[in-house]
Amino acid sequence: MSILINKDTRVVTQGITGKTGQFHTKMCKEYANGANCFVAGVNPKKPGESYEGIPIFASVKEARKQTGVNASVVYVPPPFAAAAIWEAVEAELDLVICITEGIPARDMVEVKEKMRKAGSKTVLCGPNCPGIITPDEIKIGIMPGHIHMKGRIGVVSRSGTLTYEAVGQLSDLGLGQSTAVGIGGDPVNGLKHKDVLELFMNDPDTDAVIMIGEIGGSDEEAAAEWYAKECRNKKPVVGFIAGVTAPAGKRMGHAGAIISGGKGTAQEKLAVMEACGIRTTKNPAEMGKLLKSVI
Amino acid sequence: MKIHEYQGKEILRKFGVATPRGKACFSVDEAVKAAEELGGKVWVVKAQIHAGGRGKGGGVKVAKSMDEVRQHAGQILGMQLKTHQTGPEGQKVHRLLVEEGADIKKELYVGMVVDRVSQRVCLMASSEGGMDIEEVAAHTPEKIHKVFVDPATGLKDAEADDVARKIGVPEASVPQARSVLQGLYKAFWETDASLAEINPLILTGDGRVVALDAKMNFDSNALFRHDDIVAMRDLDEEDPAEIEASKFDLSYISLDGNIGCLVNGAGLAMATMDTIKLFGAEPANFLDVGGGATTEKVTEAFKLMLANAKVKGILVNIFGGIMKCDTIATGVVAAAKETHLSVPLVVRMRGTNEDIGKQILKDSGLPIISASDMADAAQKIVAAVSGK
Repeated sequence: MSILINKDTRVVTQGITGKTGQFHTKMCKEYANGANCFVAGVNPKKPGESYEGIPIFASVKEARKQTGVNASVVYVPPPFAAAAIWEAVEAELDLVICITEGIPARDMVEVKEKMRKAGSKTVLCGPNCPGIITPDEIKIGIMPGHIHMKGRIGVVSRSGTLTYEAVGQLSDLGLGQSTAVGIGGDPVNGLKHKDVLELFMNDPDTDAVIMIGEIGGSDEEAAAEWYAKECRNKKPVVGFIAGVTAPAGKRMGHAGAIISGGKGTAQEKLAVMEACGIRTTKNPAEMGKLLKSVI
Repeated sequence: MKIHEYQGKEILRKFGVATPRGKACFSVDEAVKAAEELGGKVWVVKAQIHAGGRGKGGGVKVAKSMDEVRQHAGQILGMQLKTHQTGPEGQKVHRLLVEEGADIKKELYVGMVVDRVSQRVCLMASSEGGMDIEEVAAHTPEKIHKVFVDPATGLKDAEADDVARKIGVPEASVPQARSVLQGLYKAFWETDASLAEINPLILTGDGRVVALDAKMNFDSNALFRHDDIVAMRDLDEEDPAEIEASKFDLSYISLDGNIGCLVNGAGLAMATMDTIKLFGAEPANFLDVGGGATTEKVTEAFKLMLANAKVKGILVNIFGGIMKCDTIATGVVAAAKETHLSVPLVVRMRGTNEDIGKQILKDSGLPIISASDMADAAQKIVAAVSGK
């Protein structure tokens, strides 16, 4: 088993005709069961056409009706991405993974509010994230598939290449992954660390979790506090927080990675995680070794 | 993106927020002329830089005569204004705001940000105006009142009135405070602001509610739909290296250390900086070359890092996924040659085509130090820089 996605997930690609969407759809289709999983694309101007043998529909609803997709991945450019997310929500998909980087925060505030008011059950991952992978089954997103290995470690992270770093270390140590989830670096987003941690805690095929965070916000603290209260001793969790050296008030690449008002420092996050029973390391080269030491 | 106080006030006025009358000036003569036009007996001469804490640094002065206006303007224009937000070297003052004096009865605070937890715009208000709001939040959090605004309705009358009363606005002035708060919210929302702050918001002797200061930052992801705000950008206030980086779509931030680092991905870039620190040195910059680095981008990144005289060594840390290690290696070799690199260079590469990449570095004939992982890389560059 795994969380969120597996070989039976059926995916529609929103933005399949753009350069990024095409490149990554091809890569995802070539990974594991991808040829069976990636069954539809959307472009309102090109219904009836196809890409790499994947039929293109006018809307997500139409794609769902014709192919039975239950998840979507969004590569639509920033000005239109929030509307694309909403389209997938209205089509009542189980999961929307938004890869797009650079969506205005106001657009995300609006779409999240609409999702709450509609009582939507659709799970949003991202935006500005690498996506999700369940090794040897399916990869939805832009991560390099070949560094992953099937196994029983859960990975959740706000950043892309730092996730690959952790996955690479685990695979080198012979520790495969159940699912690796990139939740993205934006301040207003879908899945938070706590949500993914909860899924891993309830997944019978995940034995331990690596949680990787960065400066800004308090999502890592919220996840740690939830873990201490609900799941301490259930499964080990280890963590790393990037940005010990980041100065306050400077946005470090990600829109969400900023220390403001003295809040969201790496030191503070690490202290809370340790107090909640999550072992942490200050050396990102040792994330894999740390995980190995607790199982 | 940040703007000046006078520009923030221009925006707020468009949304119905009262501010003192004033004029932006670029010379002493302009400042005197502005004061004459404003009339009255008291003027305030305010340095316009993007950093806060201007008053304490000597960048805000009250003048009671034209001679004093001239004198203050002369002192402030061109000064290196140092505040807790500028860093030790300070920021040169190129612009002034000359305003009519205000009759301050009480100072309040109002601010807005996008709150990550509620995922709404949060209005924060306090009776403790004029102070550093972070101090108020740390010591007397009960004095900060918050409203999480429903984007479908905007800030409601009742919410605005309630907050106004809680921060001590007298009943007669509540309607005015309401229009200030609602105007601030509309300005925030419609301009895609990431921060809007009025500190202080004052009550005047005659019961008016006036924005004595205005600080606005904007969501850089939304600038594509705000040409009017982009036009307010003041490049004098920005780090030249960061401006240069943005031309090549590089995410760069200057820091104080002596080890330049070039990394793909923001999280990995921060982690690389942290590892340098862990092994006893300090990073000279944050630099994310992004996912689609080309030889040209890597060369520009090297030029940027080397333009910083403090840089004594460079660490390249790449986790090649979609981006292949051989592409990066070719870029690094070309960049090292083009910039006549004379400082130690450590390269750590992992991922797709790793072996080809390493061979390219080896065959280049350049004294590139290869590292097996991030910790090894950091230790090697720290050792090389300290001459060990």
